[in-house]
Amino acid sequence: MAETHKPPEQFTLRLRRYDPESGEAPYWDEHTIELEPHRSVLEGILQAKAASDGSIGIRCSCRAAICGSCGVRINGEPGLACHTHLDHARAASPDGVIEVEPMGNMPVIKDLIVDMDAVHWKKVQRVTPWLIAKQPVPEREYLVPKESMVDITQSMACIQCGACVSDCLAMEVDPGFIGPAALAKAYRFVGDPRDDQQDIRLKDLAEDPQGIFDCTHCFKCVEACPKGVNPMGQIMRLRRIAIDDQKIVDQNNGERHEAAFASLIENNGILWEAELIPRSYGGNSWFGKFAPAAGKELVSSIPTAIRGLLRGKMTIPKILKPHKIPSQDLKAVQSIYERIESRPERYELNLYITGYDEQDETPVPVVATASGGGESSVAPETEGSAS
Amino acid sequence: MKVAYWPGCVSRGFTPELHGSMAKVAPLLDIELVELDRACCTGAGVIAEHNQELADTLNARTFALAQQVDGAELMMNICSTCQGAQSECQERLDANAEYRGHVNETLAAEGLTYETGLTNKNFLWLLVEEIGLDALRARVKRPLTNLKVGPFYGCYIVRPRDRLGIDAERPRDHYLHQVIDALGGTVIEYAGMRKCCGFPIITMNKEASLKQAGRHLGDAVDAEADCLVTPCPLCHLNLDLQQPIAEKVVGRSLDMPILHLPQLVGLALGLDPKELGLNRHVVRPTSVIDWSTSVVGAAA
Repeated sequence: MAETHKPPEQFTLRLRRYDPESGEAPYWDEHTIELEPHRSVLEGILQAKAASDGSIGIRCSCRAAICGSCGVRINGEPGLACHTHLDHARAASPDGVIEVEPMGNMPVIKDLIVDMDAVHWKKVQRVTPWLIAKQPVPEREYLVPKESMVDITQSMACIQCGACVSDCLAMEVDPGFIGPAALAKAYRFVGDPRDDQQDIRLKDLAEDPQGIFDCTHCFKCVEACPKGVNPMGQIMRLRRIAIDDQKIVDQNNGERHEAAFASLIENNGILWEAELIPRSYGGNSWFGKFAPAAGKELVSSIPTAIRGLLRGKMTIPKILKPHKIPSQDLKAVQSIYERIESRPERYELNLYITGYDEQDETPVPVVATASGGGESSVAPETEGSAS
Repeated sequence: MKVAYWPGCVSRGFTPELHGSMAKVAPLLDIELVELDRACCTGAGVIAEHNQELADTLNARTFALAQQVDGAELMMNICSTCQGAQSECQERLDANAEYRGHVNETLAAEGLTYETGLTNKNFLWLLVEEIGLDALRARVKRPLTNLKVGPFYGCYIVRPRDRLGIDAERPRDHYLHQVIDALGGTVIEYAGMRKCCGFPIITMNKEASLKQAGRHLGDAVDAEADCLVTPCPLCHLNLDLQQPIAEKVVGRSLDMPILHLPQLVGLALGLDPKELGLNRHVVRPTSVIDWSTSVVGAAA
């Protein structure tokens, strides 16, 4: 906290400027500002705007990391301008100049302001972001287990800043992907025991080719989020509930891929790649490769397989027969599968809720009125749907 | 140094040249590899997606086996995806004693126990942190003079930073840069070097998957890299094995050789390209690189 008493210093900001209506290309614009080092990048931008160029475009409101308005990229990384200290931003810059750009994956309206409506809000709308109440609606409030509400506090912590959308690598190549923010929002309702349509929501998100199975698992959204929402983790939970609780077999190979992967490890200990691909398309058995979808994929993969064979990356025996771990060890692995998969409920440890042993004194971050303390730190996972 | 060595599945499957080149390079760096051949797949995030406790228990079993290796200083892997999947499980196991006890109850059937404190490092981390860049530099016999190498980190070894222990003191997201430099090569930066290769969605959305691979390869071509180096065999599958298809998806010729990290190190330490399995790649580095006394990228 001694930091707060440091005297003002000069900082240089390099801002990305662009006005689509001007017909001119984007350009960089440097401003020197003077502020105490603990002050925010947003305050720096506002000083530059007030002192030297009133035309700088930046969206902001609360200045306290609550409203989510000032999402930008600082030195190439997404974040809130109001939540990034000037001295930290300068230290992270390779040349000591704090570089600020608009967020990615969304069109620029002006300078640092992106069109959230065109991308982010449209995607949030896509997931029906409201509770569809279970009937009959009780006369008084719904009574729900405390753990299940604690479970969704992580996705409720989202402030809709768009930082995760900005850096989503799946969206970069497939702009129609529903994306991390909207899917985290979807989990907020799928995980809510008062919601009546978890099954319909999950079926919709699993069958959409740009839904839960289009996430490329790159952790960009996990890093980007200033609130610890872990959108990718929420997407994985949606997949888990869709596949393992709702038994949804989707058209995107999501369920088949997961089932094939898990059972190939159970049967062999290590992965048998040549068998994973046909099963992911045709179904999780040795006969999967004879299904039409698998046949089509295998035919289209023939040139790749021939190249692999010619180079000695693949061999015919390796394609036809799995490599296995020693039989005693395989038995041990199989009994682990058996024990865990036969449990009536899955166990899931969410460190956002439970924290770390060493940090017991840290208060559990909870956004809603639910209290996070008290329950067992190893909580059985909330069931996705009661239907 | 002696390490409990987890090679992963793909290095013994469709990228055998990775496992092979690691075995050749290890003695030159005085690394004794004790292979964990009893351990099973890390699950690559897919088993964790299916059932978190199952993934945590299978990996705890591997950690417990590693802790039984006599005299091993740490556990080492040669696959970023393994590193990422293992680090995720280890984080949960280490964070919560009650949960660890619950997982160990399952392992008890085999007489195994996982105790916190296992160090698990990808070969890249081990090179920089245990062997050291100066020691590595001193062992170079055939410097990568003028070879323009683009680092391809992928995802699992650079994100999330906290879980993977990346900070100012341990800038693990810059280690490929440092290793290329120590081996005498020229680092080529390009937009896709820390982006996703697309492999995790290859069976779900092949077009988007290979568009990712193709774009990063194209960025590297535009930045005039001679080749890329990666610590991840799954990235290698999308970037090398699938490169001819990625070329079609992005509509441009790429012809970018992709080296596994131990191959790049082995070349500089004087090993023969064939010994390192460089002839096994779909995009043959042997056709674009001059191997004589120093490794030099092609002029054309």
